[in-house]
Amino acid sequence: MMLKALRYGIAGFTLSCLTSLCAQAQEPKELFFYNWTDYYPVELLAKFEKETGIKVTMDGYDSNETLLAKLQAGGAAYDVIVPSQSIMRTLIEQNLLLEIDAPTLANFKNVKAAFRDPSFDPGRKFSAPYLWGSTGFSYDSARVPGGKLDDSWKEFFEPRPEVSGQLAALDTSSSVINAASHYLGVDECSENPQDAKRILELLQKQKPHLKMYSSDNTVDRMASGEVIMMQNWNGSTARATLQKSTIKYVYPREGLAMFQDNFAVPKSAPHPDNAKVFIDWMMKPENAAAVSNAIAYANGIESDKLLDPKWKVMDAINMPEEFASRLRPEKECSNKARELQDRIWSKLKG
Amino acid sequence: MSVSTQSPAMSRLLLLSPVVLTLLALIAIPLGIMGYISLLPRNLYGGVDWQADWQLQSYVKLFFQEGFDGELELNWVYAQALLRSVAQAGGTTLLCFVFGFPVALWMTGLAPRQRSLMVLLITIPFWTNLLIRNYAWLIILREQGWIAQSINALLPQAGGITLLYNDFAVSVGLVYSFLPFMILPIYSTLEKLDWRLVEAAYDLGANRWKALRRVILPLSMPGVIAGALLVFVPSLGAFITPAILGGGKTLMIGNLIQQQFGTARNWPLGSSLSFLLLGILMLALVLYALYSRKTAKTIRRGAAA
Repeated sequence: MMLKALRYGIAGFTLSCLTSLCAQAQEPKELFFYNWTDYYPVELLAKFEKETGIKVTMDGYDSNETLLAKLQAGGAAYDVIVPSQSIMRTLIEQNLLLEIDAPTLANFKNVKAAFRDPSFDPGRKFSAPYLWGSTGFSYDSARVPGGKLDDSWKEFFEPRPEVSGQLAALDTSSSVINAASHYLGVDECSENPQDAKRILELLQKQKPHLKMYSSDNTVDRMASGEVIMMQNWNGSTARATLQKSTIKYVYPREGLAMFQDNFAVPKSAPHPDNAKVFIDWMMKPENAAAVSNAIAYANGIESDKLLDPKWKVMDAINMPEEFASRLRPEKECSNKARELQDRIWSKLKG
Repeated sequence: MSVSTQSPAMSRLLLLSPVVLTLLALIAIPLGIMGYISLLPRNLYGGVDWQADWQLQSYVKLFFQEGFDGELELNWVYAQALLRSVAQAGGTTLLCFVFGFPVALWMTGLAPRQRSLMVLLITIPFWTNLLIRNYAWLIILREQGWIAQSINALLPQAGGITLLYNDFAVSVGLVYSFLPFMILPIYSTLEKLDWRLVEAAYDLGANRWKALRRVILPLSMPGVIAGALLVFVPSLGAFITPAILGGGKTLMIGNLIQQQFGTARNWPLGSSLSFLLLGILMLALVLYALYSRKTAKTIRRGAAA
């Protein structure tokens, strides 16, 4: 056992030496990493630099649309980007990504089976898995009657009088419309105006009960008690639970959106070889686990054993198996569906 | 060719060229591109189809929209957002004037050294990012903050007043952000004010209020107008403050435009909305110019009589 580990270690070491030597021959030892804001622990970059000698500069964005717009405009010099699955097809079809053939990377063997061959990138030609999570809702069990809410979107869209005025929704049209669609049992990307009408009616009925729409400060909003209930991401909920143990996360039985973020390399990347070194390094279990432990989202690498005990006890991070069937991977909607969603959102807020 | 042989028209053109080029590069060309985009059909993945024929669809959409039942209906959403933004910006301008004018007037009475110190103090908030200043208000105004806590402790019968996520909070944020734009232009006109005119008013029997209303205020009008424009125009397009402090429950025209270039991926509609906003601002400026020409004429006529 020991010997085997040692052998793997040596093999890995030689390989990483080889790749870094190759990289050294062609590229300066630097890497431009364009990631979601607050979605990567900075300390880990120091470790990467120490092990590979590649210096990483990180920059942040706030939505897939920002990323798409930057890449479409051209001239953006990023080596590694983190697109969600809902924009991968667009990036591939627009010919904006470099083929990296992730399965050929040494550490791809650590990728969990469920993440090896996703429908948005068959065969992982253009991407490697990063983190994944879900958009359900969270509540403070100390402040609801009976200390427990039903695991249904009904609690969120048609709130009890005790919670009214003390709940928040995300200020992202797709997240709100996805949740409403799941509750009503219609397709998230429906092109039928009648579905849009029903969604709008539901949201308009909910609006007077809402304190706000906001996608910022989600951890603090729950932890400080500003609201009793809010539409929330699992990782954000877990971080709030750490500050206030009565906060719970709900996987609604009608279904909830699941997002999966990926590492990819733009066609215009100035250091594609360094990018591959980085992506390969991130598929090592200890590095993937370091991210999950720092920012509380699960990753797609076999690293569950390395997860911090403080997260392991939380349903929000360590999802109970029976909830797996409730996850609905986010889709990329057609322009027609997108236009309907925009109309719902404008009318809702108009 | 020596300078003397050039025609005066030619040399005038050469002398003006830096200005013309700047205006062309920073205003005319970007506006032209925006106008062009507003006439093109949108692309599937954001952006526009540059090769397509011109169309006016994005302008029609400003006023008419296909309803969920398939019929074409008058679209009030954008008009409402626009009216709401105009009202909000107008209110902000008025409040900035109410708070800014006394400050500017007070500053002119200070010793020159203290005046420069005050100018510095007023500009200091600008050294911090707008986003951070708005978040600061979020922390000050929230329910657990000391202002809301003390108000609710003093007035328990009011039943829990919330200061955040409403129009009040947005007004506070906008006034705080844009107040210096009002103070500084008023201060610069008042600084050059000939105080002998005010003394003359006193000699002629005016009390303090009358001197302020009939002499100081009219003389500071250029500064007030400049300040009002500097406050009104940016607060009309503001989208960060309403999104953070307003709780995102209502759309301002700025949010609407941002949404078109972001999640909605509808650049033509975003451009046509921008032009609508621009058109309304132009209209306001033209009306103001006409009005001021008229008042100038009446004043001159009054002086002649």
